[in-house]
Amino acid sequence: MTEIAWVEGTQDTSALVQIKGIREGLLVTVGDGAWDDIHRALLQHLDQQAGFLRGARLALDVGNHILKAADLGQLSKEFADRQLTLWAVLSSSPTTERSAQSFGLATRLGGRPRIERGVAPLDTALHGGESAVLVRRTLRSGFSLEHAGHVVIIGDVNPGAQVVASGNVVVWGRLRGLVHAGAEGDEKAVVCALDLSPTQLRIAGQIALAPKRRGKPQPEMARIINGQVVAEPWVPKREKL
Amino acid sequence: MTGKVVTVTSGKGGVGKTTATANVGAALAQFGDKVVCIDADIGLRNLDVVLGLENRIVYDLVDVVEGRCRLRQAMIRDKRLPELYLIPAAQTRDKSAVSPSDMVRLCDELRPEFDWIMIDSPAGIERGFRNAIAPADVVLVVTNPEVSAVRDADRIIGLIESEEKGPARLVVNRIKPDMVRRGDMLAVEDVLELLAIELVGMIPDDEMVLTSSNRGTPVALDGKSKAGQAFRNIARRLRGEDVPFLSMDNEGGFLGKLVRRIRAGGD
Repeated sequence: MTEIAWVEGTQDTSALVQIKGIREGLLVTVGDGAWDDIHRALLQHLDQQAGFLRGARLALDVGNHILKAADLGQLSKEFADRQLTLWAVLSSSPTTERSAQSFGLATRLGGRPRIERGVAPLDTALHGGESAVLVRRTLRSGFSLEHAGHVVIIGDVNPGAQVVASGNVVVWGRLRGLVHAGAEGDEKAVVCALDLSPTQLRIAGQIALAPKRRGKPQPEMARIINGQVVAEPWVPKREKL
Repeated sequence: MTGKVVTVTSGKGGVGKTTATANVGAALAQFGDKVVCIDADIGLRNLDVVLGLENRIVYDLVDVVEGRCRLRQAMIRDKRLPELYLIPAAQTRDKSAVSPSDMVRLCDELRPEFDWIMIDSPAGIERGFRNAIAPADVVLVVTNPEVSAVRDADRIIGLIESEEKGPARLVVNRIKPDMVRRGDMLAVEDVLELLAIELVGMIPDDEMVLTSSNRGTPVALDGKSKAGQAFRNIARRLRGEDVPFLSMDNEGGFLGKLVRRIRAGGD
């Protein structure tokens, strides 16, 4: 690492601070060196570019610098003073990442939740404070849907997709991925599907593999009976949940 | 003229993306449309070989993006099909040399001059794939009738949907009717049932595909090959024609037969 001599009044900060446009806004990258110098160069650079930057959302890549919560707090305030929003701090140091997270700053770009990472729960308050999410699409391989409550899916759950719910899971379609109902330990949770052939089915702490299906698919409900996951065809009459 | 951007992708490698790009591109050009094929598999270029244009490469995609040449200079014109052009990938760089917005800009520049812009995507779901689908109007998802390829295709279709690209259309490549009949290979109906997108092509397994790829002559230009016929049919469907699907058995038959087989296989 080269020693960077800082002389007050030096105008060229471009070696230490670089700003470039990214999909999420602007990314500010700082170089190596003592943090105090970098910090000063950064502020100077921001001031020089004030006209261009005003109102911008900035992500800051601090590289290897280790920043404490206090440093980030100060930085955040200094950004705000310049009418800039600091929304993310990228760092290869776990300490800095933790500090950033404690400030509610993102530590990764592309942080806006992508649909493939899961489907935003539609909070529907039910009587008794239980919540359910209704998903009206097919979950394809690689999709993961997690929800603290019940999950209802109108569509298929394909192999490679997974559904994790603390409550019940109902699939109006073919369930062929991984499903976990009662994920927080609720042994009364059930899994229902029009075609129940998951790669793996879990209820609370029990794990079951679906047996090879014989014949025509029919609606089934799986639940724990005497400590074992049992799947039974849905018979309208026998309704005692 | 506003060209359509067709991206050919699959997730899994080796299922026939490059072959499909070359053949559908060649078939479209044979029907008289103006076509440019772009190889987006930077670092592992193949499309030039399959099209037999390898020895004519001077500039490539990365040269265009980085401004070392004009777009025109990187376009290689196929001597057999005057309406077919290729923009080859760079072999000495990697996917990060191009960004999704570069691809969008490039295609916007090509759209006024071409009917079709075919993009050959690399395998995987990383940068190269993102580059390839960024400008897409239509995405052809190529898969083989085997479980792992179908699983990857499913993932890819999910990604395409979440990027709001598409519509995604399915090409099932390398079907072996004998194996399907014996129950040793997934039938097209099984693949369709899982992926639930529109089918645009069924390509039978055909040794001619390999030999013509090696020779650098797309099999679609061969009137006798069944696979070539299937690729030409994809091109016609892309052009909006309603073309019945080739029967995978040797008895002749139509889409109705496929539908009947779906029904028969459903119980």
